[in-house]
Amino acid sequence: MDAIILQILNGLDKGSAYALIALGLTLIFGTLGVVNFAHGALFMLGAFCAVTFSRLLQVSYTFTDASRTDFLGNPLQVEVPYLYDILGESAGAAVIDWAVPISILFAIPVMLLIGVIMERGLIKHFYKRPHADQILVTFGLAIVLQEIIKYFYGANPIPTPAPDAFIGSFDFGAMIGFDAGSIVYPYWRMVYFGFAAIIIGAVFAFLRFTTFGMVVRAGMADRETVTLLGIDIDRRFTIMFGIAAAVAGLAGVMYTPINSPNYHMGMDFLVLSFVVVVVGGMGSLPGAVLAGFLLGIIEAFASMPEVLDVLPGINQIIIYLVAIIVLLTRPRGLMGRKGVMED
Amino acid sequence: MSFTKPTRRGVIKSGAVMGAAGLATPTFFTSAANAYTNAPGNDTVTLGFNVPQSGPYADEGTDELRAFELAVEHLNGEGDGGMMNTFSSQVLEGNGILGRKVEFVTGDTQTKSDAARASARSMIERDGAIMVSGGSSSGVAVAVQALCQEAGVIFMAGLTHANDTTGKDKKANGFRHFFNSYMSGAALAPILAQQYGTDRNAYYLTADYNWGYTTEEAITSATEAVGWNTVNTVKTPLTQTDFSSYIAPVLQSDADVLVLVHYGGNMVNSLTNAVQFGLRERQANGKNFEIVVPLYSELMARGAGENIGGILGSQNWDWKLENQLGERYSGTNAFVQSFGTKYGFPPSQAAHTCYVQTLLYADAVARAGDFNPCAVVEALEGFEFDGLGNGPTTYRADDHQCFKDVVVVRGKENPENEFDLVEIVEVTPTEQVTYAPDHPQFAGGSLGECNPGA
Repeated sequence: MDAIILQILNGLDKGSAYALIALGLTLIFGTLGVVNFAHGALFMLGAFCAVTFSRLLQVSYTFTDASRTDFLGNPLQVEVPYLYDILGESAGAAVIDWAVPISILFAIPVMLLIGVIMERGLIKHFYKRPHADQILVTFGLAIVLQEIIKYFYGANPIPTPAPDAFIGSFDFGAMIGFDAGSIVYPYWRMVYFGFAAIIIGAVFAFLRFTTFGMVVRAGMADRETVTLLGIDIDRRFTIMFGIAAAVAGLAGVMYTPINSPNYHMGMDFLVLSFVVVVVGGMGSLPGAVLAGFLLGIIEAFASMPEVLDVLPGINQIIIYLVAIIVLLTRPRGLMGRKGVMED
Repeated sequence: MSFTKPTRRGVIKSGAVMGAAGLATPTFFTSAANAYTNAPGNDTVTLGFNVPQSGPYADEGTDELRAFELAVEHLNGEGDGGMMNTFSSQVLEGNGILGRKVEFVTGDTQTKSDAARASARSMIERDGAIMVSGGSSSGVAVAVQALCQEAGVIFMAGLTHANDTTGKDKKANGFRHFFNSYMSGAALAPILAQQYGTDRNAYYLTADYNWGYTTEEAITSATEAVGWNTVNTVKTPLTQTDFSSYIAPVLQSDADVLVLVHYGGNMVNSLTNAVQFGLRERQANGKNFEIVVPLYSELMARGAGENIGGILGSQNWDWKLENQLGERYSGTNAFVQSFGTKYGFPPSQAAHTCYVQTLLYADAVARAGDFNPCAVVEALEGFEFDGLGNGPTTYRADDHQCFKDVVVVRGKENPENEFDLVEIVEVTPTEQVTYAPDHPQFAGGSLGECNPGA
């Protein structure tokens, strides 16, 4: 029982990342009709916003400490962040410690801007082109973006830890009557799940309860009619692209303490996120979220040794197996609508 | 008997056909005029450095290239000479190799066997490389080694740790300086028993590919020999990024040690996840829970940050060896000085093995007085040397594997800088990591005959 609870918890945080990326993908597909293979790269760019912000906070000056030597025996060059001089050592260290959560403020405008530039500069030229062209150009863009990141940051993962207050894990087992230590869960993963729930809720609330959201939903349902009413739906869709980019970026920012970011992390999530979108139903926002969590939990269960003993290798194919079963039984996905991607 | 009188048109036709055939055939099949493939001219000799310049191991490849460039500089008499000054064999004079200036070409393996073979083939056929070196993966090493055997050039392997490179996939034209999975197990097991006791239950997460299998086999058999029990071995996909669902079952098992048979990005992520789940602070079976990483990579360890603190593992070499353990490891400081002065930071073990392999090849040619691969093979087989940073070392003739001390390291709890990530726990002497050429973990395959090509 404790193993099952733990795998459900694991599935929830994995599902959170899938759901956030798939949500952005679906937003773009639902509004602009574009299959955006560069969406994983936006997740990666968000993570590197956190890395960049963390590095900016640690910009340092150096002084020579003659009492110590470096690996070649030369006097040691000691680096001191300017922030220590500005805020004092303890306050400066605290700000650097909280770099990842604070970098959300940095990432939102940056990712919105990147999203808008990407849409206006490249993707809008492919609206009327076949989906195959869109896939090719966005996939190419993803490769370009990741190579740019690799050029500046290298290929190795870059450690970007959570604040000290969130290091360690919470003992659920002891709390709910199981053996102490049998169900432990890292604090930061709980934060990530809570953060994902807030972002997903905020996106839904934005679309449901604001005039802007209402117009966007109307545009998704019938673009022509909304345009005929004199509404500049293109501008709103561009903003939605920016919002989708920001959602993916924020998912990346908060993911950095879970796994050290590297230039390839977007591609690692991209294919799975597309499976999530297809299983959830093309264009369906609730479907994307539901499928994200569902596949995250199923993937976690398939990794259990008890399952692997019976079905060796199932962990490598389970997501695709579920996708095949769902598409055979519900060709439009779990919550797909008629007419989407069927023309 | 009658002879047809040759005509002008007939001669031209025949010439055209033969010329076309010559152009269409790879050069390493057409060097009949030479005794071996890509025989160098009187002025220069070309070496091919095939390293990952893109893909997940690109940083490791970049460090290997730095070392190759440094080695070429030293061979050509530039710079401070590095380990040529400490090398026990003193035949290299800083005038290139046998008086030919050393030039090099580079290729990108992308850490993919097919891409690595394509770039190696290009270096051999188009650029005339007489020796190929480099690489950061056993899959690539095995593939390129086989190609070099076919083409008749020498392959001096870079970073490759799987037993198979000098086990079932060994080749007469291939040589490995780097240590292997068996040696990691043999070096680590006694230290693990000494540090953590002999009554331990180990749980393995193993990368699902060839290197993972051979390393898991090596570590399980070595630790079981000192009394440890293997609780479970779980294969994890190479593409896995989040290992939380693999680590959670460890909490439910009766394991008190987690062995992460992962390398590169997999190692960084699985170790980070294990630490996040509190395994470092965990108590199991009345003991402190421990994590072991059989093969350390300093470059990758940087990605894991402070999570590597206290984790035991093994290395082929470490830049602090001579400072901490004395003259036995002479050459280390000379290399660190050269590399550090040129690049501003200490070299990785990948850089070290590539530098050493280049010097060893050049030295073998110089001792043989010949670039012919078969003469080089003969010069390297059974070659005993010292002064290249690892202490006394032998290139065993039976399998072309180097035998030398193995370094057991532990991640530093409070590293002073990003280069000082590990501390040396102990150096396991050569005798303890030596095995018979027909050891079961290396069974199958044979060196075959050396192939000079042409």
